Amino acid sequence: MEAVFLTFILMLSIFLGFELINKVPATLHTPLMSGANAISGITVVGAISLAGTGQHDIAQWLGAAAVALATINVVGGYMVTDRMLAMFKKRGK
Amino acid sequence: MGATGLAIQLAFVVAAALFIFGLKLLGSAATARKGNLLSAVGMLLAIVAALIDQGIVEFQWILVGMVIGGVIGAATARLVQMTSMPEMVALFNGFGGMASLLVGAAALGAGDSNTFILVTIVLSILIGGLTFTGSLVAYGKLSEKIGSGAVTFSGQQVVNSLLVLAILASAVMFCLEPANSMWLYAIIALSLLFGIMAVIPIGGADMPVVISLLNSYSGLAACAAGFAINNNILIVAGSLVGASGIILTQIMCKAMNRSLSNVLFSGFGSVSSAETVVEGEIKPISVEDAFYVLEAATSVAIVPGYGMAVAQAQHVVKELCELLEENGCEVNFGIHPVAGRMPGHMNVLLAEADVPYDQLLEMDEINPRMETVDVAIVIGANDVVNPAAREVESSPIYGMPVINVDKARTVFVLKRSMASGFAGIENPLFYKENTRMLFGDAKESIGGLIREFS
Repeated sequence: MEAVFLTFILMLSIFLGFELINKVPATLHTPLMSGANAISGITVVGAISLAGTGQHDIAQWLGAAAVALATINVVGGYMVTDRMLAMFKKRGK
Repeated sequence: MGATGLAIQLAFVVAAALFIFGLKLLGSAATARKGNLLSAVGMLLAIVAALIDQGIVEFQWILVGMVIGGVIGAATARLVQMTSMPEMVALFNGFGGMASLLVGAAALGAGDSNTFILVTIVLSILIGGLTFTGSLVAYGKLSEKIGSGAVTFSGQQVVNSLLVLAILASAVMFCLEPANSMWLYAIIALSLLFGIMAVIPIGGADMPVVISLLNSYSGLAACAAGFAINNNILIVAGSLVGASGIILTQIMCKAMNRSLSNVLFSGFGSVSSAETVVEGEIKPISVEDAFYVLEAATSVAIVPGYGMAVAQAQHVVKELCELLEENGCEVNFGIHPVAGRMPGHMNVLLAEADVPYDQLLEMDEINPRMETVDVAIVIGANDVVNPAAREVESSPIYGMPVINVDKARTVFVLKRSMASGFAGIENPLFYKENTRMLFGDAKESIGGLIREFS
């Protein structure tokens, strides 16, 4: 039942994603991609639970490495997107 | 589920809502920055929620990972040049993929494993692995650390098919014998190899499609990892990213009038054999003469391409644009969807140079106005303004939507030399009656025009 439930969430969020992204104007496509980079860093949430088990086994080391990589995406992605979006200005401002 | 567990799950729900609302605000340039901030708050909330989980008994390695990742991420985000955004996004796609691969592999040791979970572990390793190496190859091509051309060899199709079969076989064996770690290593190794094999036959000019697709994969990998560790927020966030990448991929393919499979499986270099005979002669123009034409113009359209990024000419372009406007001329920019090496690349470069975003027109907006334009200035663009796409049926780019600069009264093409574009396709635009070639480095040529004005 768990699997069905998760697949249901997957289906809904893919449709939602299509609706949302279709409305993003072409001029913002680069910030959209770097912002998507940041969101895909959500893996950090999964990695945290694996890196903190305190079991000092291989899974923990893999988890710690995953935390580092995903954090690069989160921090770098949001910061660079903000840097870009700050540059977009309307005429006459 | 205890009280903490419930709080964590609720925090994930709020985080998902913030991601969605953040993406919604990205629908307009005026609210986009706020949207990005909301999305970041959502991420922070999700991370805090993950940290208060009672299953976590030791924080030191989490902290080490976060500090390392945070420092690298922040430094990259601050230092990266806007012209290098495609490389940075490519690299980040790869990191996301690798993180999902690691989470997938670690999940194997962590929890109970029924077949469904095993399949999702395989998927997160497979997608994550090919995203990682594929992105590294894309990064290498974009930053020209490796040759940006398409690498093809005879029997490539056969090798790739065998690779797919080997991946499938190892995946099946892994699900049957999860205890035998040989199959796990086989899947990891094969998916890493597959990423390389998938991207090397794709040439530099097709990179907008490739990084969009890899962007999508990095999301799908996170999604698969979410299934593997039974986590909702990974699934929601991952599929939002997956959907975003797929839409961008579609837009890019449509703008090149090619199917996705055509981009992925046939090196573009192979079509250059189609010779087109072009009539007419090339008419060069001096900076001085170009100035006189521009001084008399009342409407100018500037069409930038990757060459503008290479020459770092965006700031002088803005300067020229201001001088023209002071002279009573209306200036617009026409941006083709595949101009540059990633979706929206030109817009960011021009935004960096303080060009307001409402001055940047999409292809469909600028084309109807083209006949009223006095001078169209093409800066480092080639294939995206090639009239052969409309006129020459035998041309490999026939049918591709282009910006019809040749319909303007006069066209200036700023170009370093007469070498053809990435695709190696002749451009009849250069030979048209109303076209004048301004040879030389784009930045210097425009600098010359600016000096004439002042």
